[in-house]
Amino acid sequence: MMTSPTTVESTGAGVAAAGRSEQRPASPARTRRPRDWRMALEVIGFTAPALVLFFMFIVWPMIRAVEFSFFRWKGFGPLVDFVGLKNYVSVLTNDVFIGALLNNLFVVVMSIVIQLPVGIAVALLLNRKMRFQGILRMIVFVPYVLAEVIAGVVWFQLLQPQYGVIDSILGMVGIQGPEQGFLGDPKYAMWTVMVVLTWKYLGLAIILFLAGLQGVPAELDEAAQIDGATWWQTQRYVTLPLLGPTLRTWGFLSMVGSLQLFDMVWILTKGGPANSTMTMATFLINEGTRRSNYGIAGAASVILFVVALALALVYQRFILRRDNPDYADKAARR
Amino acid sequence: MTTATLTAPAHSEPTKTASRRKRFNPLVGLVILIVVGFSLGPVLYAILGGFRTNAQLAADPAGLPDPWVWDNYARVLADGRFWTYGLNSLAIALLTTALVVVCGLMAAYPLSRYRFRGREALYMVFVLGLLFPATVAVIPLFIIISRDLSMSNTWFGVALPQAAFALPMTIVILRPFLQQIPAEIEEAASIDGAGRITVFWRMMLPLSGPGLVTVGVLAFVNSWNAYLLPLLLLQGDMRTLPLGVADYSTQYSSDTAGVFAFTSLSMVPAMIFFLAMQRRIVGGLSGAVKG
Repeated sequence: MMTSPTTVESTGAGVAAAGRSEQRPASPARTRRPRDWRMALEVIGFTAPALVLFFMFIVWPMIRAVEFSFFRWKGFGPLVDFVGLKNYVSVLTNDVFIGALLNNLFVVVMSIVIQLPVGIAVALLLNRKMRFQGILRMIVFVPYVLAEVIAGVVWFQLLQPQYGVIDSILGMVGIQGPEQGFLGDPKYAMWTVMVVLTWKYLGLAIILFLAGLQGVPAELDEAAQIDGATWWQTQRYVTLPLLGPTLRTWGFLSMVGSLQLFDMVWILTKGGPANSTMTMATFLINEGTRRSNYGIAGAASVILFVVALALALVYQRFILRRDNPDYADKAARR
Repeated sequence: MTTATLTAPAHSEPTKTASRRKRFNPLVGLVILIVVGFSLGPVLYAILGGFRTNAQLAADPAGLPDPWVWDNYARVLADGRFWTYGLNSLAIALLTTALVVVCGLMAAYPLSRYRFRGREALYMVFVLGLLFPATVAVIPLFIIISRDLSMSNTWFGVALPQAAFALPMTIVILRPFLQQIPAEIEEAASIDGAGRITVFWRMMLPLSGPGLVTVGVLAFVNSWNAYLLPLLLLQGDMRTLPLGVADYSTQYSSDTAGVFAFTSLSMVPAMIFFLAMQRRIVGGLSGAVKG
């Protein structure tokens, strides 16, 4: 398409010119635009604060992370000790980091394996008309509302060996907890963290599924019931398929969150005992702040980003693709 | 979209009530009891634990307060740190929310209602921001804020990056919201001689109210609960409530009752605010994931 000389193109950043390149007497709706340069200024003016924040605090630190990853740097003086890919090699051959990566994947998988079926079951139950429905929904949501740190501190106290209430309750039914406590024993620590995470995030799954269920028209359920379907058949063949998009998007949120896991682990175990609960995030914070290995932390950051991006793309390609991303289609289906 | 989802059940209620209120199912009751106990148990235990003494807690970890002791809570409330940390949390969360709402709405306006080349590309820049986990950038962010900008240990030092990381989600939520506002409103205004900036202030701002509340609540929640960035940037009296809770629990690790009291009180403001805003949070989350 030819661009006419009246179009302002030099204002940069792709925000410059108007959609139509030729100044011609167009339909009334189009002539609402005063002059192109004026609109370009407005666009720049309106988006500038957001763009400044975005580049200063997201893009710029990301670039620095990549930069750090190529240097050996302890945080003093200029970046001079270029080591190429050495930091990446040392992170990827580090058993602690590999263990951390596997722990993250463990959380990704277990979140879905535990929270998806339980969340669906509870959401279907809570979706039935019953007394105290509103209060029940709020109660389920309480753990999610708490800061991860605050929830972590509470669970840390509950899980204390001997004096904690968990050990005491298990003792009443004759189960002896591990001597070091559930968080102090490398065999149990990661599973214990997983239980706490389930407690914290199950409510989010339930609430999101409930919100999704509200989008399922009641008429469909009723039609199925009139046709003689049992409650379970109605759920299985009518409600659940319509819940698909909500489940898939919840899966995405859950995956992204699991890969970034930091707060809860830091409060409960700091990645211990014997690195058994280390995650990629606790690894890079440990390297970055406690040991000042900024190069190693940078390389770990980049690897975490690549893993997150790769999983996101795979998820997008194979699972989210089923939900037509086209707005118009989506709107039409609703 | 969000509001539509939330108001929908109200309409279908009469029919549902008729068809679904059946005999009480004991299995359902049991499941609900377990879920409620699992969700609420630890929180209630912490709150009740604050009313006990350490001796009570040690003697019978699973018991109830006997007698009820108010001293732990009184001590925390008399402790200036609790209020200082709370104030910091509030200030940082409010600053973050204000920055996100103002910058987000301003950016979403041309992205949804102007026609210009590169609009979708510009939108994609922000959408890509969703893919950057905040954790990835946190070490360089710490260095940039503390050394290059000398803003460590300030409210803005935490609020600015938090606002930046909340922006992508905000714009993704607000854009379809603004696109739904009918074009006739703008046309009518422009016939009356209003420029686009006037339209923004007089029409878009009030009409986008519900969307702004949603993104505002989400930004506030995330900022109030944030741990990692404040952990790296804030020290001493500038710390926020989550940092305060974590420190208190390590500093007074033997005073379990005191830790429970401090933690429980830290839950209170969040609980009240978030339960009141529950629908907004859910609406924002489910609205966001639906695109």
